[in-house]
Amino acid sequence: MANLVVADVHGSSIDESTHKTVTAALAIGGDVDILIAGSGADDAAAAAAKISGVRKVLHADDPAYAHRLAEPLADLIVSVAGDYDAILKTAATTGKNVMPRVAALLDVMQISEIVSVEAPDTFVRPIYAGNAMATVKSNDAKKVITVRATSFKAAEEGGSAAVEKVSAAADPGLSSFVGEELTKSDRPELTGAKIVISGGRALASYENFEKYIFPIADKLGAAVGASRAAVDAGYVPNDYQVGQTGKVVAPELYIAVGISGAIQHLAGMKDSKVIVAINKDEDAPIFQVADYGLVADLFNALPELEQAL
Amino acid sequence: MKVLVPVKRVIDYNVKVRVKSDQSGVDLANVKMSMNPFDEIAVEEAIRLKEGGTATEIVAISIGPEKAQDQIRQALAMGADRGILIKTDDDIEPLGVAKLLKAVVEEEKPELVILGKQAIDDDSNQTGQMLAALLGWSQGTFASKVEKDGDKLNVTREIDGGLQTISLALPAIVTTDLRLNEPRYASLPNIMKAKKKPLDVKEIGDFGVDVAPRLETIKVSEPPKREAGVKVETVAELVDKLKNEAGVL
Ligand SMILES: Cc1cc2nc3c(=O)[nH]c(=O)nc-3n(C[C@H](O)[C@H](O)[C@H](O)COP(=O)(O)OP(=O)(O)OC[C@H]3O[C@@H](n4cnc5c(N)ncnc54)[C@H](O)[C@@H]3O)c2cc1C
Ligand SMILES: Nc1ncnc2c1ncn2[C@@H]1O[C@H](COP(=O)(O)O)[C@@H](O)[C@H]1O
Repeated sequence: MANLVVADVHGSSIDESTHKTVTAALAIGGDVDILIAGSGADDAAAAAAKISGVRKVLHADDPAYAHRLAEPLADLIVSVAGDYDAILKTAATTGKNVMPRVAALLDVMQISEIVSVEAPDTFVRPIYAGNAMATVKSNDAKKVITVRATSFKAAEEGGSAAVEKVSAAADPGLSSFVGEELTKSDRPELTGAKIVISGGRALASYENFEKYIFPIADKLGAAVGASRAAVDAGYVPNDYQVGQTGKVVAPELYIAVGISGAIQHLAGMKDSKVIVAINKDEDAPIFQVADYGLVADLFNALPELEQAL
Repeated sequence: MKVLVPVKRVIDYNVKVRVKSDQSGVDLANVKMSMNPFDEIAVEEAIRLKEGGTATEIVAISIGPEKAQDQIRQALAMGADRGILIKTDDDIEPLGVAKLLKAVVEEEKPELVILGKQAIDDDSNQTGQMLAALLGWSQGTFASKVEKDGDKLNVTREIDGGLQTISLALPAIVTTDLRLNEPRYASLPNIMKAKKKPLDVKEIGDFGVDVAPRLETIKVSEPPKREAGVKVETVAELVDKLKNEAGVL
């Protein structure tokens, strides 16, 4: 039995979630290989080869993979799929985009966003915004799986897998890259951060994020998140959104500021180890999941908190 | 161009679901059902393309129970031109839905299919991508902006690091993200008019595609419960507890 992890490649590096998806692949059992698809991604392939427990790294290098476009990437994955029983990728935006395309080309049902492996064919995944957990058994010969990275421990470093070049699949030429607007930040990446501080609608402006949230984030070395309401209102960029349809985080400490606690938001953060809520409404639903609740006006509490840290 | 918009009847997003005590699923008896929120955004986008002169006809389609006619009627009241219901009381998986939609696409020949990125019941996020694969079409998922550009479609997508814009050859599949638009409410006169718009009802058997499930649900259980903790009175107390009790600072 052998499983393939399709790494998330950013330029010449791999996303840290790759280590976690490797752990999920190892839990299924059998050998685990990694596929690196990128353009000028030798360093990414070398990094993947160092993950402990990996048998070999397949490396396809072609300009077609530079921007992670779904159509060429799916065709590449399908071209190597014959050798594998399960194909896994992190349930981040690239995995969500490309893996269902792979599944349909292979005529199998994808198992989306698993949080645990019960048996080689049986997995647990959240449904209804995490208000229910479904245990599902796949009857397809080949499994196509996306993995909720926060639910798995990162595989260790220390491997020395061989890197094998594989040829690119023909580019179907259905879509082309126009441009990208990436959020620049020196803060840790949201999904991997140990501490996350998120602001909601109550922040009322970007300036208030800058004045009240960012200084605390910087003192704590924390990532900054937000509710959909704050993102919708344009206070912060879309990739800050935590929740059912945004990012799922599970840090050691999650601080929710001026966020009411709608089920869609809770879906993205309720597996955090310690939750703090700061809200001026003592009946806000966020307090039902918070380990420590502070009923206060954020505009008074946050400057005080920054002082106290 | 003709636009096809698949709309799913799902539990209303405000309802907190309950898991059945026998763990066979969630309790949907007497629960409010609505159009999947992402599909409302898809319908709205199609209407805007029509108002902008790009789209010519909008066909709303649902695969679901008799009652899914309500969601199709809502799409018609918002501004879609006609509807198709493929009637079934079974839960059809995304792969099966994609196969049915492919059959409909081959009949209707739209140039664009706009789906929601995710149904909020199964949270699968698969159907649009699968349909694109089965048709051999381009895909622009998680769209926050859609613009016709000559014989191409420019789609701005919400990705982990920010936004990505790609250009799609037509025909194409688009799936909607939340910020693409804000769906309109149907006015009363339009709700009345929608009752007269054509709505075809078909059966799965009419299509001759295999929609047998590939996944077997062994059980559906409650997620781990989180208990409410304590309220602290002051910021100083909060910091003290985080340092000395929780040990996270
Ligand atoms: C299909 C769908 C998907 C969704 N996905 C997501 C998602 O992924 N993530 C997400 O977050 N939401 C999501 N939502 C939206 C969600 O339902 C809520 O609308 C949203 O989370 C509310 O954001 P909020 O808590 O910031 O705003 P509100 O609900 O308006 O809450 C603001 C809170 O701030 C408090 N407050 C106000 N002023 C102050 C002050 N001065 N000091 C302290 N507290 C104050 C108020 O008491 C209130 O509790 C989704 C909705 C739908 C329909
Ligand atoms: N039964 C259905 N009827 C109509 N459209 C559907 C159905 N199931 C899924 N869809 C469409 O596919 C999208 C994604 O659903 P899913 O892949 O289940 O998360 C939805 O937002 C709908 O646009």
